[in-house]
Amino acid sequence: MALIACQGVSFGYEGNIAVSGLDFEVHSGDYLCVAGENGSGKSTLIKGLLRLKTPLKGSVLMGGGLKPNEIGYLPQQTAAQKDFPASAYEVVLSGRLAAQGVRPFYSRTDKKIAAENMKRLGVDSFKNRCYRELSGGQQQRVLLARALCATKKILLLDEPAAGLDPVVTQEVYRLIETINRETGLTIIMVSHDMQSAIKYASHILHLQNAQVFFGKTEDYLNSEIGAKFLGGERA
Amino acid sequence: MINTLMEMFSYTFLVRAVVVGLLVSLCAALLGVSLVLKRYSMIGDGLSHVGFGTLAIATAMNAAPLTVSIPIVILAAFFLLRISENSKIKGDAAIALISSSSLAIGVTIISLTTGMNTDVCNYMFGSILAMSKSDVTLSIILAIAVLGLFILFYHKIFAVTFDENFAKATGVKTGLYNMLIAFLTAITIVLGMRMMGALLISSLIIFPALTSMRLCKKFKTVTICSAAVSVVCFFFGVVISYIKATPTGASVVLVNIAAFLLFWAARFIPWTQRKEALCCFIAERRKV
Repeated sequence: MALIACQGVSFGYEGNIAVSGLDFEVHSGDYLCVAGENGSGKSTLIKGLLRLKTPLKGSVLMGGGLKPNEIGYLPQQTAAQKDFPASAYEVVLSGRLAAQGVRPFYSRTDKKIAAENMKRLGVDSFKNRCYRELSGGQQQRVLLARALCATKKILLLDEPAAGLDPVVTQEVYRLIETINRETGLTIIMVSHDMQSAIKYASHILHLQNAQVFFGKTEDYLNSEIGAKFLGGERA
Repeated sequence: MINTLMEMFSYTFLVRAVVVGLLVSLCAALLGVSLVLKRYSMIGDGLSHVGFGTLAIATAMNAAPLTVSIPIVILAAFFLLRISENSKIKGDAAIALISSSSLAIGVTIISLTTGMNTDVCNYMFGSILAMSKSDVTLSIILAIAVLGLFILFYHKIFAVTFDENFAKATGVKTGLYNMLIAFLTAITIVLGMRMMGALLISSLIIFPALTSMRLCKKFKTVTICSAAVSVVCFFFGVVISYIKATPTGASVVLVNIAAFLLFWAARFIPWTQRKEALCCFIAERRKV
């Protein structure tokens, strides 16, 4: 049973189709990388998977008992966050909000889960520091910990390495890979960085305003589109 | 000093004004943290101008000002929120339009009915004499409701303020909480407007949040500190306005400016020195 299955799905803005012909399945434990150039519909797809956008055509099916509030999400950072007065702990704990429901305050379980995830990502050493004073890599780890607090099944990452230097970028990718391997969490990641994508991901979904490739990473490397796209990257 | 305070609080109208003012400044400071961080500061300003228009209408109709103003300003708050979420119309321009339109409507109505008199000045810059007994009861009830809702939804307000996209993605009804913030802001502004003045009330929202953000680094401490700063500043503002016979609203704003500068300057002193200075201060106080 697939966690997420798209069947002939199109997404768009006000009648303009941003991405169409989506036909793919994500199974539990997969590491899917969504590739494509700017404006190829990657972010629109993520919004669609998060149910922030309804498909124009086709349907997105959630299987395996996956509920919309069980998706962990790592969004791109906004300008307002860069000078936000909040401690790392407060940010991580806010990932438990969806599980909180109508209760006004966090339970002991919520705090325990937040503490576990902070430990897993090495955030606990600076959990009382101000979010805006952390380095880019530390901020990203805090946001990852928050995303882990919101899910046990699937993690959606939107350009997790945007704006990070090369060393930290590799660190973040390795961290994501470890999470995928150790916890069996399904990962869907949007990325420009093809080299890292093929290194870590098990599946590739290539978009050019339509689905041009979906399959295993090995098959992608041998495909015409993959060879062309990666060749362009290398040159 | 104590004699002055005793004398001040022997006037019932002043006691009423101070009680309502303290509650309003507490609510405004709490909401202000979220509004400033969400880049919604101008909404507070826009709403106060709408409030001015509704006050004029209420006076013309001989109705109770609060009962007319509150529903209209709440409607305006939802409308402004919609505008700032809709990227097609630029939010700041729309707010400026609404502010000046309500001012124009208000001034026209006043000049057609009662004529341009001291009332206009009182609405614009506030008057400590504005609160009647029934106003006070309503204000206290509403202020307690605002405080209660803020505490109950504190974690949700934090999440919606810090990262709306994430909150929305994990199934939090962000639209609902944005409306809650707008709703509470509207009530707070109407309650405080006649004392602080339509042109000055937005400072109660913006100043305490910005002041506490100079020094505090956690959302919780920013919120608590801004509530404390706001209440203290309001109290000193009223006392100064009583002693020096200055306009209340303006005095409160001036004290807020002073607090802001103080906190801003304190940032340049390292934390260890700040702690020492604080300890010395407390020790000396004890000796006295």
